[in-house]
Amino acid sequence: MMAEKVLMKGNEAIAEAAIQAGCRHYFGYPITPQTEIAAYMAKKMPKIGGVFLQAESEIAAINMVYGVSSAGKRVMTSSSSPGISLKSEGLSYLAGADLPALVVNAQRGGPGLGGIQPSQSDYFQATRGGGHGDYHMIVLAPSSVQEMAELTIRGFELADKYRMTSMILADGTIGQMMEPVSFDFDIKPQVEKPWATTGTKMQREHNIVNSLYLKAEQLEKINFERYERYKEVQENEALAEEYLTEDADIIIAAFGIAARVSRNAVNEARANGIKAGLIRPITLWPFPEKVFKKAAGHAKEIISVELSMGQMIEDVRLATECKVPVSLCCRVGGMIPTPDQVYQAIVAANEKGGK
Amino acid sequence: MNYKRITLLGGHYGSGKTNIAVNMAHELKRQHSYTAVADLDIVNPYFRTLDSRDELEAEGIRMIVSQYANTNLDAPALPQDMYAIVHDKAMYSIVDVGGDDRGALALGRLSGMIAEEDNYDFFMVINKYRPLTPDPQSVMEVLEEIEEAGRLKFTGIINNSNLGAETTPEDVLNSMAFAEEVSRLSGLPLVLTSCEEKLYPLLEGKIENMFPMKLQKRPVE
Repeated sequence: MMAEKVLMKGNEAIAEAAIQAGCRHYFGYPITPQTEIAAYMAKKMPKIGGVFLQAESEIAAINMVYGVSSAGKRVMTSSSSPGISLKSEGLSYLAGADLPALVVNAQRGGPGLGGIQPSQSDYFQATRGGGHGDYHMIVLAPSSVQEMAELTIRGFELADKYRMTSMILADGTIGQMMEPVSFDFDIKPQVEKPWATTGTKMQREHNIVNSLYLKAEQLEKINFERYERYKEVQENEALAEEYLTEDADIIIAAFGIAARVSRNAVNEARANGIKAGLIRPITLWPFPEKVFKKAAGHAKEIISVELSMGQMIEDVRLATECKVPVSLCCRVGGMIPTPDQVYQAIVAANEKGGK
Repeated sequence: MNYKRITLLGGHYGSGKTNIAVNMAHELKRQHSYTAVADLDIVNPYFRTLDSRDELEAEGIRMIVSQYANTNLDAPALPQDMYAIVHDKAMYSIVDVGGDDRGALALGRLSGMIAEEDNYDFFMVINKYRPLTPDPQSVMEVLEEIEEAGRLKFTGIINNSNLGAETTPEDVLNSMAFAEEVSRLSGLPLVLTSCEEKLYPLLEGKIENMFPMKLQKRPVE
């Protein structure tokens, strides 16, 4: 255990945290800006009896994740936007077989090959599933290198608890930036996985991990049961950080790197006498609806600050039931809004006064 | 510092080579009017010397960088004018070699000519607070891998141990035993110990050969 602080890139922090969470199986394929995760695993896994395997493609890697998860072990893969699109079939199969896994997306600009600079434009893909069929992933959005580590551990715990995929939805900047991290974590013992295909030893019935159901009635029942579990996740696991929201007239909704920029803008607004605040969703699915519902009771306007053309804004509108105006402040294509751009949006919203 | 004609910086990935390169370039420019910064990093497309282009060029420091650095073309491209480092004998340069042995691979193309001219320093930049080089033995492994890949022997050690913006004077002081042990194991002199310039007044006199630095701007605080 590293109790003292170390200076790490966000991607490295994810890799180290995964190892500390007991993950001994990593499968991946290189892509900027997340390759440090694979590089770290390649260096460290062989030294601790773990498996690092550079697969022949992203699709192969996600299916290796399916295999290890079926055997009841903690397992992960990581990629960046175009690579996650390739993995989407596998993500659907993991959901259909109720297998826990951790998947990292250090987002880059899109669509298509796009660019290598940071983005948040895979929000829909992450929170709505990405692959086919009715399913969700638990989506966690770190905004610092320390949180990259914390949410990786949390991601494994939630995945095992609910038999779901946890996705760390990061971006190129948090993946690449260096900050001090403390690994002073209290790692909980892993939960039993009586469903895992570990061999019957002639002492129990066969466990079968599968997503194919021959009878429609049976497939319907499985879907209903799965959504009961999702409801439990929505009730228990939604998480957001609130900053100066209590008396705020103008509230920023922002996650990840956009939240860091927005916090500076909120401070600037407060220094100039504008009651501004920030809601930073830490879980994007489940979306922290209650916090937004409460904010809609007193805010004049909510500004969604995103590195996308406006994706989370839809969840903000749904959560607030359109009771207050919700506007968008964004940069895309690998660009990041400046604190001043966000501050100007706050000033403009404040002058409008909720009209 | 007294600079040789070519000053090369190698080290573990993320040890702080680029920050030191930019700061050294400013110092070198005060000693020699024809000064350049060369970026031979073929690994890392983020956070490069190019981020400081405006301030360097404003001082008349030549930039030798791949035309694709800081663009979306994620290719391991080298600067087309990299041979100026060895051929343009009037030019003094700071060369930012990429991280680890992979980053140093491109240096191998120039190392024969650099060694033959024999007017260079090749410094190994170390940071005790990086996760994969926490002890002198792990640094020695990286050091030998870089020398092999770059086909050039190091001539000194630069201790750049830091925890980013949170670095305290104690963090720097606590790294000295580590740096001295690397120096002993490698037989190379500890040439400089760097720190952010705001820490310099607190450390002056306590550590020999300090190198106060301005840090490159980050995209987000």
